[in-house]
Amino acid sequence: MATTPYRVIGTRPVRHDGADKVTGKAVYTADFKLPGLQAGFVLRSPHPHAKIVSIDTSAAEATAGVSAVVTGADFPNVQDKIAQLGEGSVNLAHLSANCMAKDKVLYKGHAVAAVSATNAHIAEEAAAKIVVEYEMLPSVTDIMEAMADDAPLLHADLFTDDLGQKADTASNVAVHMHFEKGDVAAGFEQADVVVEAEFKTATVHQGYIEPHAIVADYNEDGRVRLWTATQGSFTCRQQTAEILQIGVGDVLVTPCEIGGGFGGKIAVYLEPTAAILSKKAGRPVSILMTRTDVFEATGPTPASFMRVKVGAKNDGTLIAGEAWIAYDAGAFPGGVIGPGCMCVFSCYDIEHAVVDGYDVCVNKPHTKAYRAPGATQVAFAMEQLMDELAEQLDICPLEIRMKNAVKEGSRRVDGPVYPQIGYVECLEALRDSDHWNSPLTGDNRGRGIAGGFWFGCGLKSSAACSVNSDGTINLLEGSTDIGGSRASLAMQLAETLGIESSDINPMVGDTDSVGYTDVTGGSRVTFATGLAAYEAGRDLQSQMKVRAAELWECETNDVSIADDGTFSGNGKTAGFKDLATQLFSSGEALVGRATVAPECPTNGFAAHIVDVEVDPDTGKVTILRYTAIQDAGTAIHPSYVEGQMQGGAVQGIGWALNEEYFFNDDDQMTNASFLDYRMPTMLDVPMIDTIIVETGNADHPYGVRGVGEPPIIPPPPAIGNAIYNATQTRMRELPMSPPKVWQAMQSSD
Amino acid sequence: MKDFQYAAPTTIQAATSLLTEHGSGARILAGGTDIIVQLREGLREADIVVDIKKIPELRECQYSDESGLCLGAAVTCCEIYEDADLAGRYGALADSTHIIGGWQIQSRASVGGNLCNASPAADTIPALIVLNAEAQVTGPNGQRTIAADAFCTGPGINSLVDGEFVVAIQIPPQSASMGSAYQRFIPRNEMDIAVVGVGSWIELDADGNIANARISLGAVAATPLFAVEASQFLVGKEPSDDNFAEAAELAKQIATPITDMRGTAHYRTHLVGVLVKRTLTTALARAQA
Ligand SMILES: Cc1cc2nc3c(=O)[nH]c(=O)nc-3n(C[C@H](O)[C@H](O)[C@H](O)COP(=O)(O)OP(=O)(O)OC[C@H]3O[C@@H](n4cnc5c(N)ncnc54)[C@H](O)[C@@H]3O)c2cc1C
Repeated sequence: MATTPYRVIGTRPVRHDGADKVTGKAVYTADFKLPGLQAGFVLRSPHPHAKIVSIDTSAAEATAGVSAVVTGADFPNVQDKIAQLGEGSVNLAHLSANCMAKDKVLYKGHAVAAVSATNAHIAEEAAAKIVVEYEMLPSVTDIMEAMADDAPLLHADLFTDDLGQKADTASNVAVHMHFEKGDVAAGFEQADVVVEAEFKTATVHQGYIEPHAIVADYNEDGRVRLWTATQGSFTCRQQTAEILQIGVGDVLVTPCEIGGGFGGKIAVYLEPTAAILSKKAGRPVSILMTRTDVFEATGPTPASFMRVKVGAKNDGTLIAGEAWIAYDAGAFPGGVIGPGCMCVFSCYDIEHAVVDGYDVCVNKPHTKAYRAPGATQVAFAMEQLMDELAEQLDICPLEIRMKNAVKEGSRRVDGPVYPQIGYVECLEALRDSDHWNSPLTGDNRGRGIAGGFWFGCGLKSSAACSVNSDGTINLLEGSTDIGGSRASLAMQLAETLGIESSDINPMVGDTDSVGYTDVTGGSRVTFATGLAAYEAGRDLQSQMKVRAAELWECETNDVSIADDGTFSGNGKTAGFKDLATQLFSSGEALVGRATVAPECPTNGFAAHIVDVEVDPDTGKVTILRYTAIQDAGTAIHPSYVEGQMQGGAVQGIGWALNEEYFFNDDDQMTNASFLDYRMPTMLDVPMIDTIIVETGNADHPYGVRGVGEPPIIPPPPAIGNAIYNATQTRMRELPMSPPKVWQAMQSSD
Repeated sequence: MKDFQYAAPTTIQAATSLLTEHGSGARILAGGTDIIVQLREGLREADIVVDIKKIPELRECQYSDESGLCLGAAVTCCEIYEDADLAGRYGALADSTHIIGGWQIQSRASVGGNLCNASPAADTIPALIVLNAEAQVTGPNGQRTIAADAFCTGPGINSLVDGEFVVAIQIPPQSASMGSAYQRFIPRNEMDIAVVGVGSWIELDADGNIANARISLGAVAATPLFAVEASQFLVGKEPSDDNFAEAAELAKQIATPITDMRGTAHYRTHLVGVLVKRTLTTALARAQA
């Protein structure tokens, strides 16, 4: 084992929430009950695009047991206003209209009314009595069709923001963005080889196991209390307050345990509706989505259409790149085109590059972030083109990546210059891995590799630690725990103070009890909230220094703290717990606190290898072996880093092989269930092997980088490259499902 | 979901009178793995649900070399494939019961229910067709038998009339020179409905040629199909790859699949050919074993 300067970091203690989770005691929103709780039901549009002519709720209201009925008319008018939600921003008027349609429905599943009643069956039956008169409008779900001049318009007031200029005719294109570096035309002239192709990827859903759920209680004093599954209690509070047009201080959000989010549980869907139902009913109201609701009405991530061109010199040096990328935003503007543009060339140092990106509205649910939002689509294009270049130049796919990999000082097409990063180290670990060095034999088999980059962000985080009389600590922090962050935060605090992770009780606070903390997203929690936990520990130590000096009758400056957390001064020494116990009996209680807002990205890189076998008769792809390699900076709890790498890889395999939204000729989704929306099952993936690379990160006291997002990026292109290697058939469309692979193999024969 | 009554009669007679009394308002429940989902999703409605698995005859499973297998309609998938003797004799049935859902489903789901649910993609029906099975039906007007290939009349529709139900499925005895297999194609390895399913059965003569053959296709028409011409083509032939390929081509000609999220018509037809060849090869190996 490598030597590490750490005692706690890098070990694998039992997670604090583990016993509750494995015994079923953990409280999720659907488990939470209040006296008099009413059950809510949301009535949703069967049509992808229609004007709401009228809504008659009288029969529903007259149903025995019904306590409230709401429609868009019950929602306050919200002005266009952009709210920052941490890992993205949202126009509040659109957000409100997405929670409850006002005069138009923009996708099948769009909420049009809601009912609360004494039980769920009554609510559902009453909702069926609501009469909505629709005037059907033509609809569009394909990106390229939506960009055409004669496309049906979703928003009459949407004018393309073209590099900052507003267009003067309405369009489905919300934004055109453009990034450029060097002189692209000159770059392509210098190229000895140029590859260019069009790629498409399908709409895919985050597929978290827990459907959205809410319990809302609109109190008589005007305060709204919410219990919910959210990636960010404070952003949930802000959105709900803005939509209801009340102050943020009038909303209390208590985050329950959460069954996955992946970017899909940042925007509110049910919270404002449940709050308004509760206000009308005078009783608390819960609403639980079904899986069909989740697929049809909550953010999937964009489908894409991309044309990418890359030029290289004979020695393999990349010289020019050009990308034209359109992502579907769904029903409202504001998809994830920005990061898509920034990520397309983010793994390679290319002297001359240009990227044009388009955010396009279509009649699908409003698209949302999904683990490295926007990066997986472009990697599918770019990382396959890298292999095509390598083949034309007769260079090994790994070598061309090594030769062009970004490193400290490389500048991205969108401007930033990388600090010290670990892509080269990931590729070296790949080169040295057992997987890469084991020959692959057998018919119809192929190996592929691919890389991936995700920014990782900082944002605001807060933490407070109260010291108990025995020197154990209650750590209160604001990041909802999706990936084991209570453990990774407690471990960092334990490392700081020189105690054990089991000496700390980490707890996710509600919005009334903990300082402002941004979303659990952007791979930021272990990095930024970890920094807050560290700083809170340091705050505690400096207070304890003052108190120790009083106790030991010396100057504060005479008290020192060793790396293992031992205090010494005036000939006396005491470990953290010992000193804390003494101080408890000698004066005030000890509370450390910190709030941080690091601005730097943490720059995560990954490289994956996959072996596949393709059934030549059916086109079905079997994953034989898979290895995920990633730079974690420092792995605080290696098991959870590995878990993130494995989970991300499996989700990426899902994008690669079978996941997609199917729409019928009437633009209605036809596969809104886990039966026909085909995520990989445990029988579809082998054990995902992991190799953690640790290059450190100078912006964090323990060198942490975000790890959650990069591992979803490489699988689709790595599998595409492996399929090519097995069959000589290049797949340019996701998913690479059996019918598509078989069809492509027929055409390339 | 609408409220309904529940009854669990313990004799065939009591079940018949309940079903007759309630007519089309009654729904039969065996394992419930189809009907409960359908009731909850509003795809079917019921005034009364009649649970038939408390009737002893429906849970019995008997084999003799003279009369073959008499499989009570409510016998579960697990009970079939876990019986090594049965599974060895009726390969196609073991193959199909083994892939219906996961363990939990297989411990509830019955072959009778799979047949009566009449899904075009039901996994056991092509197996029952190639094994020449018959449903033994009882009802207010007495008893009758219906051949497996005539049992389904449309997607979700079978040939039973109000008051009737299947008591048992009768399958002819199998000799050592016979072998059968069932395979389906699904995009994943679990949790999917057949894109195409194919059952094949072969009987070899003393020279090792094909004395008799039956091929059946699922998920490529409104009901599972008995591929008559493809089956007859093989009779008297040598069990060669070429002949299997020819049978596969003939089988493809009767497929009239739809294009949907589970596959295009073109792809499904292609898969019929692939699976006919693969199941014939397995059935042959079993007949030769
Ligand atoms: C998760 C899951 C996975 C599944 N996977 C598969 C699969 O891979 N392949 C597949 O083919 N199916 C699958 N099914 C469907 C189902 O499990 C099978 O069709 C099963 O065999 C039905 O048997 P059952 O005993 O549960 O039927 P039930 O649900 O009890 O009944 C099915 C239908 O037949 C009628 N019926 C039942 N018994 C009789 C009788 N004796 N006489 C007259 N009518 C009767 C019922 O009224 C009902 O309409 C799956 C279902 C689930 C929930």
